Amino acid sequence: MLTKRIIACLDMDGGRVVKGVQFVNLRDAGDPAECAAAHARDGADEIVLLDITATSDQRKTMLAVVSRTARTLFVPFTVGGGIRELSDAAEVFDAGADKIAINSAAVKNPTLIGKIAARFGSQAVVVAIDARRARNSSTKSSFEVFTAGGRTPTGRDAPQWAREAADSGAGEILLTSMDRDGTKSGFDCELTQRVADAVSIPVIASGGAGSPQHFIDVFRDGRADAALAASIFHFGLENIGQLKLQLRAANVPVRWPC
Amino acid sequence: MIAQNIAIVDYGAGNLKSVKKAFDYLGAHVVVTSEPETVAAAHKIVLPGVGHFSALGALVNMGLREAVLRAARAGKPLLGICLGMQWLFEGSDEAPELAGAGIFAGRCRSFPSSVKSPHVGWNSLTLSAGSRLLHNVAPESFVYFTHSFQAPVVAATAAATEYGMPFSAVVEKDNIFGVQFHPEKSWNVGLLMLKNFCELNS
Repeated sequence: MLTKRIIACLDMDGGRVVKGVQFVNLRDAGDPAECAAAHARDGADEIVLLDITATSDQRKTMLAVVSRTARTLFVPFTVGGGIRELSDAAEVFDAGADKIAINSAAVKNPTLIGKIAARFGSQAVVVAIDARRARNSSTKSSFEVFTAGGRTPTGRDAPQWAREAADSGAGEILLTSMDRDGTKSGFDCELTQRVADAVSIPVIASGGAGSPQHFIDVFRDGRADAALAASIFHFGLENIGQLKLQLRAANVPVRWPC
Repeated sequence: MIAQNIAIVDYGAGNLKSVKKAFDYLGAHVVVTSEPETVAAAHKIVLPGVGHFSALGALVNMGLREAVLRAARAGKPLLGICLGMQWLFEGSDEAPELAGAGIFAGRCRSFPSSVKSPHVGWNSLTLSAGSRLLHNVAPESFVYFTHSFQAPVVAATAAATEYGMPFSAVVEKDNIFGVQFHPEKSWNVGLLMLKNFCELNS
């Protein structure tokens, strides 16, 4: 049976793994290559490395870290941050990534999705979407897409953008709730379910993981195919193996033992 | 150390880095090549591939199809991965005009509409007895898939996986092997299969 994936995310700044609350207040959490290997041993189904403050002059550092992290990592490995064109993606694949995640660049230039997919396959293209509940008084909630690490509102509707990204050749959607990011108050199941219903490609829920129940909720109510978390793993609050045992007890199919 | 020479066939379909990395980790002597001569000189051949079935058309254009088939006929171990495994069948509905190698009977088809496509993630294997590639692989082991088309269960199916319907996850007949999933991304289980492939006597 196809299992629900538990993905460990490493947010990287200046070559170190960090984690913030609602995209600010960063704390140091270790070396990316060591963290990735430890998570894989613990049972992570996949590793995502995001260079959250990528600029062009940091790119070389990032590639070296990607290469070092990828060398002995034999689970799927996604890298995002600072990928603006096809040649950037090619460099990241060459450094050892299996998939790349693009966010702002895809919104700015949706044809980039198809270009990377044509060369490396759709399975290698993850479109990352940062979304926030619109703060208006209407009865039905809506979710707006933000770019540039959550700094720039786009006025775009998250499920609609996800569908466009999928139609353009994206292989997966990595969906982060900015409202829940780092709060440990649970995934945004409503947001996840809206996007999961809008596309046929897998949706990875992100933002808000704080307990095993949150994962159960987002797999059942949010219809997520995978769930991603960073901080709960880094600070030893939860072990991925323990998390998987609890999911299995709740009849959520997971890869265990692994 | 394994002294045999393994050729990973590069026909332009995606990123072969991860496949090479896994063989490097196992201490195998691997070379990524687009040259028919290098394929002909190798002891074993790995045919990877991601993306659209039509990408396999490049095998013909680059003179690689004949080199791979000749090596297979000579009894050299051949491992098709993902698209490379689908090529071992007669063809695929994804690109009906393109012939596969026809080593295994049947065509690759899309998944039934009852399930989401593509099939992405870790799914389990139901093993048949006697596979050399799956030597020491535990029953119901999980491996990582990412594909939109699936190959039918045939006599040569060494492991099947269920996603809307059962399909071939591993095929094996004499010196010909195919895996629909990505062993290079399937943690220790995948590495074990690649190690088994490295240790085959050709």
